[in-house]
Amino acid sequence: MSHTPPSYQAALAALASANPDLIVMTAENRAPIRHLPAALGPRFVDVGICEQTLIGAAAGLALRGRTPVVHALAAFLTMRAFEFIRTDVGIGGLPVKLIGYIPGFLSEANGPTHQAIEDVALMRGIPGMQVVCPADGEELAAALPAIVASPAPCYVRYNPLPPEVPHVTPFTLGRAEVISEGQAGGVALLTYGFLLREAARAAALLAERGVPVRLVDLRTLAPIDEAAIVAAAGAADLLVTIEDHFATGGLYSIVAEVLLSHGVCCRVHPISLGASWFKPALLPEVLDYEGFTGARLAARVLAAWR
Amino acid sequence: MTTLAPPLAFDTARDLAALPALALRVRERILHLATGGGCFVGASLSCADLLVHLYTRVLQVTPGTLTDPGRDYLFLSKGHDVPALYATFVELGFLAPARLSDHLSTRDSIYWHPNRAVPGVEFHSGSLGHLLSVALGVAYDIRLRGGTNRVFVVLGDGELDEGSIWEACLVASALQLDNLIAVVDRNEFQANVRTEELIPLEPLPAKFRAFGWACRTVDGHCFERLEEAFADLPAEPGRPTVVVARTVRGKGCPSLEARADRWFVDLQPEELAACLTELHGGSFGDVAIEGRVVR
Repeated sequence: MSHTPPSYQAALAALASANPDLIVMTAENRAPIRHLPAALGPRFVDVGICEQTLIGAAAGLALRGRTPVVHALAAFLTMRAFEFIRTDVGIGGLPVKLIGYIPGFLSEANGPTHQAIEDVALMRGIPGMQVVCPADGEELAAALPAIVASPAPCYVRYNPLPPEVPHVTPFTLGRAEVISEGQAGGVALLTYGFLLREAARAAALLAERGVPVRLVDLRTLAPIDEAAIVAAAGAADLLVTIEDHFATGGLYSIVAEVLLSHGVCCRVHPISLGASWFKPALLPEVLDYEGFTGARLAARVLAAWR
Repeated sequence: MTTLAPPLAFDTARDLAALPALALRVRERILHLATGGGCFVGASLSCADLLVHLYTRVLQVTPGTLTDPGRDYLFLSKGHDVPALYATFVELGFLAPARLSDHLSTRDSIYWHPNRAVPGVEFHSGSLGHLLSVALGVAYDIRLRGGTNRVFVVLGDGELDEGSIWEACLVASALQLDNLIAVVDRNEFQANVRTEELIPLEPLPAKFRAFGWACRTVDGHCFERLEEAFADLPAEPGRPTVVVARTVRGKGCPSLEARADRWFVDLQPEELAACLTELHGGSFGDVAIEGRVVR
């Protein structure tokens, strides 16, 4: 029996149909929600290309008891409108849901203007803000009901890519998914977003080389699953964080913060972006150039592990 | 120290004829808040008459309906004039007078910018250029739910430098939000400099009209004129309305009026007494205020 998971758009439409207080908003970025204007009528609001007013208006709607789900390119949403998110949504503690398109490497050939690779750092720096980074479109759709139901503001790294790694546990906000357990003496790969796919390919290659791998999909970066990180530190000789984000403020920082606060000492190797923005190109070439394909990741992990 | 009389009953205070006396009491309270650490007194005195008029004659909101979804909303986007709002709230019974004695103290949340820990404050502000967008969201929701209540936003003229104001003007016009009314406290000052000497705003009504708004201009210190300016809203069906209220920064105390260096003032007791004397038509005398101005 085959089961096709709902698309993001279908999942959002279903939630909007069940919840009359859900409002869908966008700053003229409609591609993944193209059918919703017809479905939602005046509950679909497109403010045009103005991210600040998008956020301010969403805060106003939330003050009136609505749950606005707002859509814009991740770079402009989290940076152009950052102070509105921090000041109106963050200080206000309002349930505005921020859906950032083409985050990280998914901006592909757009160039550095469109690269949101500091978005996790910025968003998790706002008290009370949840940060959800689904591994694929199925996980995104599965996460959406919990995201919308939460009274907290939430930033989502939008990811519509088809699933490649089968999920073994249902989505729970704030909980990581352990894809494979690994063994003592091995490595633990910690990742989020679509890079789970590449990390899983790397894990398979490492296993062929006799390296046991624990593979963890963090899913939610705020609140972070501290227990999953501490457990990974106990189960492996080396933790490797894999993310399409600057090392500053992303998963590597989170892991360091968690281990330090728990008094856990272990080796942690970051695979992230460091000195500059990434080379713009179509995704497969970006991954190869920046060293994030499964094969390149396996080689980098092996080099760090030895 | 001059002491303040207790507030009048809400209904008594709403008479048009009672407003000058009410506004005088609001200004007294503002001056008291400009002691013991000070406040943004210039902008507070310039919008005192506006807030008094709006809360007594225009807004459908009472101390008993502060959270009623059918109330009229007022968002104070130029947050540094919050002493005028709190003084008005006290005079109209929205806020217990004793809370203002904890101004600038951790004992309460009465600080230099508004916040929702104070009843009647619809949203926090302080960062300029935010609340026209927030008000736009509220006005949209009211329309969506079929409500007839209105949303007012008080903007500073210096605040109009912010690009987000003009984003929100475009969007409010596109959405035809005629239940949204912006009120510009046109006191002609940024924080430290006259608007026309730094970033000229005139012709301001033409700018708003070009963005699709209906615009009225008014003497922001004349209650009879304000009565006309806020009558029969919206000014044009299908358009948001802006009322540009021409005001004087520091209005009421000639020694504070229209001066760039009287934006934020921390009055010493003898200066407070002199300002209150001046407020009531007397002379400021020879009290030196120069050394007490901060920021």
